[in-house]
Amino acid sequence: MSPVDPLAELKLNPAISPATIEHETKRLGLDKPIYVQYIYWAKNFVKGDMGTTTSGELVSTKLKERAGNTLLLSFCVIVATWLVGIPLGVVAALNFKKTADRLILFFATIGMAIPSFFLAVLCLIFAQKTGAFPIGNLTSSNFYSLSFFGKFIDIAHHLVLPVFVLTVISAGSLIRQMRANLLDTLDSDYVKFARAKGLPEHVVIVKHALKNAINPMITLLGFEFAGLLSGAALTEYIFQYPGLGRLILEAVMKSDINLVMASLMIGSFMLVLGNLIADILLKVTDPRIKS
Amino acid sequence: MKELLKRIYRDKITLCATIVLVALYIAILFADFLAIYPENFSDRKLSYAPPSNIYVIDMEGKLSKPYTYNYVKSFDSKTLNITFKEDKSQKHYINFFKDGKLISTDSDGRLFLLGTDINGRDNYSRLLYGGQISLTIGFLALFVSFPLGLMYGGISGYFGGKTDLVMMRVAEAIMSIPSFYLLIILASILPSSMTSAQRFALIVVILAFIGWAGFARVVRGMVLSIKNEDYVKSAKILGASDFRIIWKHILPQTSSYVIVAITLSVPSYILAESGLSFLGLGIQQPDASWGNMLKEAQEFTNIISRPWLLAPGGLIFIAVLSFNLLGDTIRDYLDPKGKLS
Repeated sequence: MSPVDPLAELKLNPAISPATIEHETKRLGLDKPIYVQYIYWAKNFVKGDMGTTTSGELVSTKLKERAGNTLLLSFCVIVATWLVGIPLGVVAALNFKKTADRLILFFATIGMAIPSFFLAVLCLIFAQKTGAFPIGNLTSSNFYSLSFFGKFIDIAHHLVLPVFVLTVISAGSLIRQMRANLLDTLDSDYVKFARAKGLPEHVVIVKHALKNAINPMITLLGFEFAGLLSGAALTEYIFQYPGLGRLILEAVMKSDINLVMASLMIGSFMLVLGNLIADILLKVTDPRIKS
Repeated sequence: MKELLKRIYRDKITLCATIVLVALYIAILFADFLAIYPENFSDRKLSYAPPSNIYVIDMEGKLSKPYTYNYVKSFDSKTLNITFKEDKSQKHYINFFKDGKLISTDSDGRLFLLGTDINGRDNYSRLLYGGQISLTIGFLALFVSFPLGLMYGGISGYFGGKTDLVMMRVAEAIMSIPSFYLLIILASILPSSMTSAQRFALIVVILAFIGWAGFARVVRGMVLSIKNEDYVKSAKILGASDFRIIWKHILPQTSSYVIVAITLSVPSYILAESGLSFLGLGIQQPDASWGNMLKEAQEFTNIISRPWLLAPGGLIFIAVLSFNLLGDTIRDYLDPKGKLS
């Protein structure tokens, strides 16, 4: 399908004889029709052999490292959005139509509208001007000489800006969802009953309303993860974060087909897995769901 | 409809958003009139010129017709600094409503309201032309993806059984690929030899391809419940064809969801296009789009010493924010209990 010729570089090099090119074409199976090539690739992929990149490294080692970094980033962002989103959503719902509610909704709407790459660029300006945060990569150049604790701090320091950008982008919808859910449950009969029973307000909210309002949020977790994989690509690219999104982008630009195919597969796999985990979590937390 | 307009009018924030959107669309519709220079006008001597100053009070302190000075670029070979100085010997008066332009200067004058880019092209004019692409591409993609999603979901849900099984697995396979990854891979396949019109059309198709599957799934779910309604059964007994039942009796029932989904998904299409162009995979130079104009903000020196290059990012933000606010009001109106979407 791709109009890219993997041997274009060799063909343009006058020092390489046509015989070598023919040999390479045979070796890589490029003389066969496209579906045969695909079957070759799929067979090898299932066996765990993802081929090599154009620069000669094994695709699998490269992917392992990058996918891990993206998972780390996504995990931090999900934790951060929940830590920010849930309390703000609750505060907004409890102050329905008051100043605090309006203010929180206002910031949520703004966060949802900022293009991630624009915010990332603004953060870069900030990092450059103040020098408070390192730019690019996940580790400093002296990473291996640091103590375990120092390594941890170093990675955390590098993660701050990307996590901040992605949290701002994705917390908005979480806040709104949480607010809507809690408003719904506050309106329900069992909350009214709990109040009528004379329970103190904080018990009503924490024990009765909040518990039920958070449940639907767990389904959102899967969606959030899917959105993060996509949204992180641009952010990773701008911050030069060594993640899957940046890997796939670079592979696309270099038309490194093996790498593109494999990272696409891994990305999809992670997405499906994320959704599966969210479903299982929902089953664990909500006893009403039965198979 | 009247009720909806009244609602928009009553809510001040939504009203502001609507006015901003109308203004933006009017601006890109009359881009030729509002722009000072044509899209590809460039003054190579004035790359990265800062915004021009407009004076209304002249040197003697008297009120005068607005005028501006040209910039002269000078390069200091010792400090490697490029500085722009105003050439105060020659005033260039600003004309209004002349030669079919809202504002213009005489032919030697250079009026750059928002500075210039690396090729000395007027940022302000290019913002208008870029908006023509950035603000319409989302709607065009919707016109492809929504009919497709409606038909697909409608057929899948109506026929059920094996058809449904196969069709939904296909849609789910597409949904399982992280959308942005798919987007950049599809965009990277586009050959570079295409004309800009072809490229524009194909990017519309790619954007639509990303969006239809999720929509089709929701439509299918709604069709599953609608197809058991009595009026559908009676239509069947009266001998209406399957296609007619889907198109005339079932799909219209999903209209409020469709409208809500459309208004809420326009911003994501705008963001997707600008993200693609930002990476250099979408709309290509010399055509302008807000995304590819913002591409220059990838360089450190640019964002620090030439902040006017960030203007397209601000416009994307404003457009997306306004669409979101308007979309929320439309959703509240059509779907007050939040049952849809």
